[in-house]
Order: sequence, then structure tokens, then C-alpha cells
Amino acid sequence: MIETRNLRKSFGPQPVLDGVSFRIENGESVAIIGRSGCGKSVLLKHLIGLLQPDAGEVWIDGENIVPMNERQLLRVRRKFGMVFQGSALFDSMTVAENVAFGLRRHEHLTETEITRRVAEALDTVDLPGTEKKNPAELSGGMRKRVGLARAIVYEPQIVLYDEPTTGLDPIVSDNIDQLMLRVRDRLQVTTVVVTHDMRTARRVGQRVLMMHEKKIYASGEPEEFFASPDPVVRQFIDGVADPKETPF
Amino acid sequence: MIFAANKWVAGWLVGLGRITLLAREAFLSFFTFKIAWRDLLYQIFFIGVKSQTVVLITGAFTGMVLGAQTYFQFHKVKMDTATLAVVGVSLCDELGPVLTALMVAGRVGAAIAAELGTMRVTEQIDALRTLATHPVDFLVVPRIVAAHFALPLLTIESICLGIGASYLVGVYLLGIDATYSWANMLKYTHPIDVWIGVIKAFVYGGIIALISCYKGLTCRLGAEGVGRATTEAVVYSSITILITNFFLTLVLGKIASLL
Repeated sequence: MIETRNLRKSFGPQPVLDGVSFRIENGESVAIIGRSGCGKSVLLKHLIGLLQPDAGEVWIDGENIVPMNERQLLRVRRKFGMVFQGSALFDSMTVAENVAFGLRRHEHLTETEITRRVAEALDTVDLPGTEKKNPAELSGGMRKRVGLARAIVYEPQIVLYDEPTTGLDPIVSDNIDQLMLRVRDRLQVTTVVVTHDMRTARRVGQRVLMMHEKKIYASGEPEEFFASPDPVVRQFIDGVADPKETPF
Repeated sequence: MIFAANKWVAGWLVGLGRITLLAREAFLSFFTFKIAWRDLLYQIFFIGVKSQTVVLITGAFTGMVLGAQTYFQFHKVKMDTATLAVVGVSLCDELGPVLTALMVAGRVGAAIAAELGTMRVTEQIDALRTLATHPVDFLVVPRIVAAHFALPLLTIESICLGIGASYLVGVYLLGIDATYSWANMLKYTHPIDVWIGVIKAFVYGGIIALISCYKGLTCRLGAEGVGRATTEAVVYSSITILITNFFLTLVLGKIASLL
């Protein structure tokens, strides 16, 4: 179970989160949507302790992780897998070494067992036989999939996705959506997806949370949410720019 | 003006405090968590083996220049055969460790800061943390241990080559008597001089790795941040080495005089 209570965060004078509270049950799949720069990724990083809030609490399975130091957080982070927007693959390692990283560090497995688990994870993300490649040799979509394999190989309870389809063409995005669903259903993990891709939010989220003005503005099941008459929600879903607003 | 000075001093003190905390974390990690031997061996290869060319060229030419200059001065007072003794003591006590450390700071310090800085900018450090791995355990400790180990070996290599090169220049180019010159060097260069050089190199290895790791891990985001971190790693490492050298010379010299 993931819960945030009145989370606040500022970078210098700029507030990014201003009292964000929500709760995600075990096994639930939640999409967090919102405009670029509204604080979605910052919120996601708070859930795994990569950022410390200025105020508020983050509860993971009954433990408040905010007062924990970096060493204590390492124990909690073993429950998580995270897929980064830019993949964040270790470029000094091969695909196999990237995927095996978590296994080698934390589980006492034989080399044969590690090789088997890595091949299995790469198979799950439709990248069999790429073990010896370097991250630089992979396309954007392949890098995302290797990032996903690295996040799920040690079978975490919670998987966080930070903009998993950003920068990918619609077909590769669809492929990533299907992989997220496959991972969710196969591993029975709690899934939190931060995205501004409406199709991803609709397909992957069993519940959609929308961030607006540094808070959770709206929440609901996809059918209900995407039928919402609320003007702010509608504007975002329909992708209509406000003519009075000059973003540039 | 006073406000700016205060801000600069405060920033400097904060940086110093953070480096101290990083050193403490690395020290505790070294004694608490098992070290990744594969990474450590790679870092020893990168810091030690790969730095040999630049360090050996520096050592050889420094030895040759020092030998020639010492000869030119000593020749005036007919002390030609003391040339190699001066070269031996100078290289062991000061020039060997300091010049080796400065060359390694330029080559390795910059590389460490750039590598860790790029890892930070591309979220690879965050990825490490999400994989329940402390960046100090995985990135900082192997580099510090490797630098502590490699610098003394590089320094000894540099000193040997410097003395050898100075011998060749002195004996075959300037015509110094080989036997007396070698005997004088052995007479005036004591084992404690070699130990002083090794201890200094050990300390400088830690300084280079610590400052460079700190600069890489805390660099500002973007290409400019990585570039600045790289420059600062080299500049701060070099300055710290030179300042530390003065105090180490006083302390180790005092200890040597008591032995």
C-alpha cells in the first residue's frame, strides 16, 4: 500500500507539490496524469525516497519513509522497480549486466541462475538474445524495455513508470503499454504510471489521478474520468490550449 | 561586497562539510559492506595501469631536468658527484609524489568527475538508488581504495625512472663519475625518504578520488554542470595536494628527524 499525506515540496522559491494526498492499494494500477512540469515526476520520486518532501508523509506498507536516511531507504526500495523516462541504463555495462544488476547485488544466486533469470526477463519484454549488446546500440524503445526488464527481474511488489512512452512512436508506445499490462498481470504488482499520454493512462490505469496546480485535482476510474465534464479535466484530455495563455 | 564574501565563505564551508560527510560515509562503507572486487580491480587498472605512460614520462623528464640543473650549480663548486644524491632525495620526498599526484589528478580526477557527473545528469545514480544500492558503496569506495593503492605504486615507478633518467644524463651526457655519484645517492637517500614519498602518495590518492567523486556526485544538471565539475575536480584536487604537501612535509620531516 502506498499513501501520501499532505505532501509539500518546493525547489527554491518555486512550489511544486502543495498538499498532495492519495492512497494506492496493493495490486492496484494507477495512472498519474497532468501537464508537463506540473510535478508528476517529482511526486513519483517521493514515493521511492529519491526526493525528500519539505512537509508531509509517504507511507509504504505501513512505514513512513520520510524520516528514513539513505541506508534505511535501501531496504524499502527493494520492494520497488522503477522505469525512468530516459531509461537510465548503466552505459558502462551490457544489457545482461544491466538487467542482472539487482540480482547480483542483493540475491545469492549462482551465475547459471542469474543468466536464466536475465534471459527470462528479457523474454518478457520481447528482447530475447540482446544480452551482449551495449545500451548505446539500442533504440529508444528497446532501451525502455531493457529498463523495464531491469526493474522487474527481481520481482518487486511495486513498479513505478516515469513517462514510459514519451518520445516513442505510437506503435512502440502501444508495445510498451502492452508490456506494462503483461507485467502487471503476470507479477501481480502495484503499478504507478506517470504519463501525459492519454492512451497509456486509459489502458494501464485502473484509476486515473490528475495533477493540477500542485495538487491532485481529479481522480476516478478511466471510463468515469475520461467522460468528466469538468472544464480543466476536459481541456487536458482533449488537448486544447487556452488562447489567453502564452506558454512561450 | 561583505555580503558576497560571507556567501563565498559559507559556500566553501558547506562544501568542506559535505566532503567530510562523504569521506565518513565512504570510510564506514569500506568497513561495513563487502567491496565489489570486480569494480575495484577495474578502478586499479584505470587509475594505476592506464596512468603509467603520463606518470613515467613526467618522472623521467623531471629527473633529467633536476639532474642537469643540479649539476650546473654543483659543478661550479666541484660537487658534481653529489648531483644524484640531491635528485634522489628530492624525487623521493617531494617531486615524485607531488608530480605524480598532479598528473593523476589531471587524468583520473577529470575522468571520475565527468563519469559520475554524466551518471547523475542521465539519472543513472537515481537508478542505482532505486536498485537498493548506495552510490557511495558502488561508485565512491572502489575509486578511493583503488586510488589509495595505485598512487604509491605509480610514485615509486616515477621515482625509479626519474633517478635512472638522471643517472643516464649525468653520467653519459654531463660526464659525472658513475661510481661516486651512485654511492653518494645511496649514502644520502634513506629508506625514510622513500616512505615519506609513499605515505604522501597514499594521502594524495585519497584526496584526488574523494574530491573528484564529490564534484561528480554533486554536479549541476546539464552539460555545463558536468564541464564545471570536471574542471573543479582537477583544480581543487591540485590545490589541495599542494597545500597538504606543505603540512605533510613538516609533519613527516619532524617524525623522520626523531627516528
